[in-house]
Amino acid sequence: MSKKWQVATQVAAWMVLAAILLMPTVDAHSAGTEAKKLQIEGSTTVGPIADAFAEVFMKTKGMSITVKKTGSGDGAAALIDGRCDIATMSRFMKPKEFKKAVEKGIMPVAHVVAMDGVCVIVNPSNPVKALSREQVRKIYKGEITNWKQLGGADKTIVVISRDTSSGTYETFHKLLMKKQKMFKGVEYVNSNPQAYNRVKTTEGAIAYVGLGFVDKAVKALEIDGVTPSRKTIASGKYPISRPLFLFTNGYPKLGSEIHAFCTFHLTEKGQEVIEAKGFVPVTSY
Amino acid sequence: MKDEVNASSKAAAADFDRPLLLTPGQDMAGYLTAVAGKALLLAITCASVLAVILIFVFIIKEAWPFIVSGGLGKFLGGTGWYPEANPAEFGALALLAGSLYVTAGALIIAVPIGLLAAVFLSDIVSFRIRQFIKPVIELLAAVPSVAYGFFAILVLAPWMQKNLGLPTGANAFNASIILAVMAIPTIISIAEDALSAAGRDLREGSYALGATRAETLVKVVIPAAHSGIIAAVILGMMRAIGETMVVWMASGNAAQIPSPWWDITKSVRTLTATIAGDMGETAKGSDHYHSLFALGLMLLVITFALNLLSEFFLSRAKRRRGGVK
Repeated sequence: MSKKWQVATQVAAWMVLAAILLMPTVDAHSAGTEAKKLQIEGSTTVGPIADAFAEVFMKTKGMSITVKKTGSGDGAAALIDGRCDIATMSRFMKPKEFKKAVEKGIMPVAHVVAMDGVCVIVNPSNPVKALSREQVRKIYKGEITNWKQLGGADKTIVVISRDTSSGTYETFHKLLMKKQKMFKGVEYVNSNPQAYNRVKTTEGAIAYVGLGFVDKAVKALEIDGVTPSRKTIASGKYPISRPLFLFTNGYPKLGSEIHAFCTFHLTEKGQEVIEAKGFVPVTSY
Repeated sequence: MKDEVNASSKAAAADFDRPLLLTPGQDMAGYLTAVAGKALLLAITCASVLAVILIFVFIIKEAWPFIVSGGLGKFLGGTGWYPEANPAEFGALALLAGSLYVTAGALIIAVPIGLLAAVFLSDIVSFRIRQFIKPVIELLAAVPSVAYGFFAILVLAPWMQKNLGLPTGANAFNASIILAVMAIPTIISIAEDALSAAGRDLREGSYALGATRAETLVKVVIPAAHSGIIAAVILGMMRAIGETMVVWMASGNAAQIPSPWWDITKSVRTLTATIAGDMGETAKGSDHYHSLFALGLMLLVITFALNLLSEFFLSRAKRRRGGVK
């Protein structure tokens, strides 16, 4: 009898505990309105912008926004599968992806949120200051292997690239490499901060990252005589620059949360945020 | 007093008040409960087996379009990995070589250290110290691999560049060292179990025949435990070959076969790192996507074979032990 009683009280206690634990989640589910939740997924490059926008929106409008930063391809896939409201992409959608989206009844619409320049960076100890596109191409093709050949110190060039499916790679590959193959000795890293870190710690290294990731610990090279800066990138003078996109399913309903998010970069506050993240805004207040 | 005794004996008697004869209904209910219970347990056990089978099915299914597209010869024989180029090249040989380089490098470092440490723990050190050291070593296995990766890229790589004069610190050697550190706990733990299980009778028999401690260790205990030791090495190897995050960060990811072949200070790219690195931004359903699953299948086959091998040696170790006793 007493044993049964013990068991019964124990069970009751666990149930109460479980109920207490489950209560807030249940509440959140029933109380949280669907419209105020935003799922954002995609590029690691556009991620910081989306993050900063999300922060502003969560503070001022009390929205709950999740920003995933895994890659442009993931963003496209998520939008196609209906897993996200906004896909952030550092490249335009590929025809294959467009086709798939349309087949699933999704109409991707692009919003250019900012401009980004892909900067070629080297270690600050490297005396080389400027290269031509041709020279950079030769380095990545393995035809120039020592800084000596470019007027630098006698050091092997450690060539670092982003992974072949990143948006940054695609921009670099298209605009600088002219779609030619890189040689086999090229090392690959899978994020801008990693590329930055490798160059920071490796004397003979060369890599490329978005303008937002350049600071004093690495040196951005002049390409064809143009220093990468906001001005040169916005004006299109700098040879390796690209637009950054937000993709939505159709043009968002006017006045909706998604619409506010996708047009935030056109506001003064949005421009400030983009500038603060080191990207180049499309507006000039 | 008397009442209490009575009560307790009554309670004891109550435990045996089950009817000796069951009604057909009760009989059936008992039988069905037993069957249902068995079926439930079987289902739960099968769930994990099913998971393994489903993983195989899923990966083969996703790799199939690539396999039938006819690129298999180039996949197994080519060294150029240019999945996004036009025309694309899917040569997995350099990636396979990369996996083998870092794994072999890790084993060369980890096996001697792991085995010596295991011998030390099982036969030489006092019981109290051993009780302290072994959990600490096993704790090493619980460090998340990304933490090792950060160490590799932020500490070890610059150190190598500075002190060994290497142009790049992210290379096969760096990855091998970190993988060795990660494999060592596995190797020590399992090898030590095998050595301890070799039995006191064996050791005492050896001493009785006049063998010294060193002779007993080298000529009796280690040979007796060799199956378990081999299994330990294989499990350590699996830890190394399946590791992703660390090699992705530490190995440099250049899809090349080092030349000259013994130069492990060259940067290499492994199967796991390629899958992890490329998967994020591949367009779903593209050739590249399917080729990654073909890499996964290759990896799965390798680890599956290694696993079978270690099972074989472990079961042999058990049989041996049974024979000695």
